[in-house]
Amino acid sequence: MPIIEKEEVIKVAHLARLAISDDQVEAYTQNLSHILEMVEQMNEADVEGVEPLANPLDSTLRLRPDIANPDIDREAFQAVAPSTEKGLYLVPRVIE
Amino acid sequence: MSDPLHALSLKALSQGIVDAKFSSMEVTEHFLNRIETFDPALNSYLTVTKEQAIAQAEQADNTIRSGQPHSPLAGIPYALKDLYCTQGIRTTAASKILDNFISPYDATVQSKLRHSGAVLLGKNNMDEFAMGSSNENSAYGNVANPWDHARVPGGSSGGGAACVAAGLAPFSLGSDTGGSIRQPASFTGITGIKPTYGRISRYGMIAFASSLDQCGPMTRSAEDAALVLQSLAGFDEKDSTSAQVDVPDYSADLDKPLDGLKIGLPKEFFADGLDQAVAASIDAAIAQYKKLGATIKEVHLPHSHLAVASYYVVASAECSTNLSRFDGVRYGHRCEDPKDLLDLYERSRWEGFGDEVKRRIMVGTYALSAGYYDAYYRKAQKIRRLIKQDFIDVFKQVDVIMGPAAPNTAFKLGEMIDDQVSMYLADLYTIPVSLAGLPGMSIPIQQANGMPVGLQIIGNYFEEARLLNVAHQYQLNTDDHLQTPKQYQ
Repeated sequence: MPIIEKEEVIKVAHLARLAISDDQVEAYTQNLSHILEMVEQMNEADVEGVEPLANPLDSTLRLRPDIANPDIDREAFQAVAPSTEKGLYLVPRVIE
Repeated sequence: MSDPLHALSLKALSQGIVDAKFSSMEVTEHFLNRIETFDPALNSYLTVTKEQAIAQAEQADNTIRSGQPHSPLAGIPYALKDLYCTQGIRTTAASKILDNFISPYDATVQSKLRHSGAVLLGKNNMDEFAMGSSNENSAYGNVANPWDHARVPGGSSGGGAACVAAGLAPFSLGSDTGGSIRQPASFTGITGIKPTYGRISRYGMIAFASSLDQCGPMTRSAEDAALVLQSLAGFDEKDSTSAQVDVPDYSADLDKPLDGLKIGLPKEFFADGLDQAVAASIDAAIAQYKKLGATIKEVHLPHSHLAVASYYVVASAECSTNLSRFDGVRYGHRCEDPKDLLDLYERSRWEGFGDEVKRRIMVGTYALSAGYYDAYYRKAQKIRRLIKQDFIDVFKQVDVIMGPAAPNTAFKLGEMIDDQVSMYLADLYTIPVSLAGLPGMSIPIQQANGMPVGLQIIGNYFEEARLLNVAHQYQLNTDDHLQTPKQYQ
């Protein structure tokens, strides 16, 4: 009995913006099931009243002053983009 | 006969250049030649930056000869795991999705090394996005272990480990999320240290799991590691989780004797599953430490058996978030003829990422999705707290913790590839340390089954200097770290 069903795998793939192909669903379902089965070990733990730990040093993210950063060179950064025009990133039409 | 250049310590290389026994150019060419000769069989480099290296070596020689002040790393060549952004140089994270990516900026560690006058030889192969323990998840092929080409070098910093072990670079920078420096160091017989979380800037290091990722040196000795760590550690405004903690002199305490050092051996690290020959090597190393004046105490890390499960939730969740930036719009692979924006995202990502990366993104997305968050992510974070508390309790009793870095020596290429979960479970000794954010290192000890074995040394927060001292004292009194594979001597 798999922990995760094929339908869920397809749903999760789309949530993650991955175009899973039909012939891969079975293999991914099995692999993810194995991983989630291993993760089930967590059920042994008694975590009643334990504070979650997000940062290992228990520190929070540092804020910085909101100052404009002159380092950003649009041309250099866009040189690695698949498609740009006049300083803009090009994507397929979003609004008809 | 004097030692060949690739057998010299960083200190000896630096001194040799300063004394004009040889130039940085000669050292650099020596390593470039070795890469050309040996790397086709190892595949430890994805990019060799020959022209830039020669130009940098020339510059370093000029600086040093003109008597200007310079860093101890000036003129010394090095390699970088291919997840450190290098301006103007291809940076792939061993993924097809970044196949054509030339970074427009330098990672902080690269800019520090560049300013120190060190010479970049190239970028090392790795598991794609640092996800793996064998380097078999690279989109650019396996890396061979220099000790036995039929075996893996470990991962994810497998290229760096193999290249340092084979003398194809004096040092490399790896990254460690769940053991990715320590386990390959163990498999290839080199010295690797993962510092405390936040000790070295993560800026420009392609992110896998941001609450775990940490950069660290991969070297041939603790003395070398101290020099490299010195040039990297410290606060960085550009990394929001960078630690604002003073950086000590990592070389100052190297020679301190170990009299009275209290070593804890966690019972859980010596249970079933540990290869007997590896256990015997660890026992021999502990005996050596006793000779050096240390005392041994059995300690307990009662939640460590939950670490792998907790880690795969936390790391996968963070990876699913981090890797959402690869969208086929701003950089990286874009699919052909997308019919709309969704199609562009979904096909670019499906085509660009390898299977292991996609599996982890999906596990993470699942663990974070509505209805599952408490059962997975929140629970994993609570277990993470328990694991950290275990270590805090143990460090009230001992100075350092020791144990194996991995349960086995390097396995054969292809042996574990179809059994991801078993490969995950083999990281059981390194992962608890990563979840707690503590510093840990692996040093080569007596070999087992004809292959290298790593002793893991774990320290309290920001006690890298103590780890390096403990490792150096072992290396002063033994020659395990000087062993090199025959054909690479």
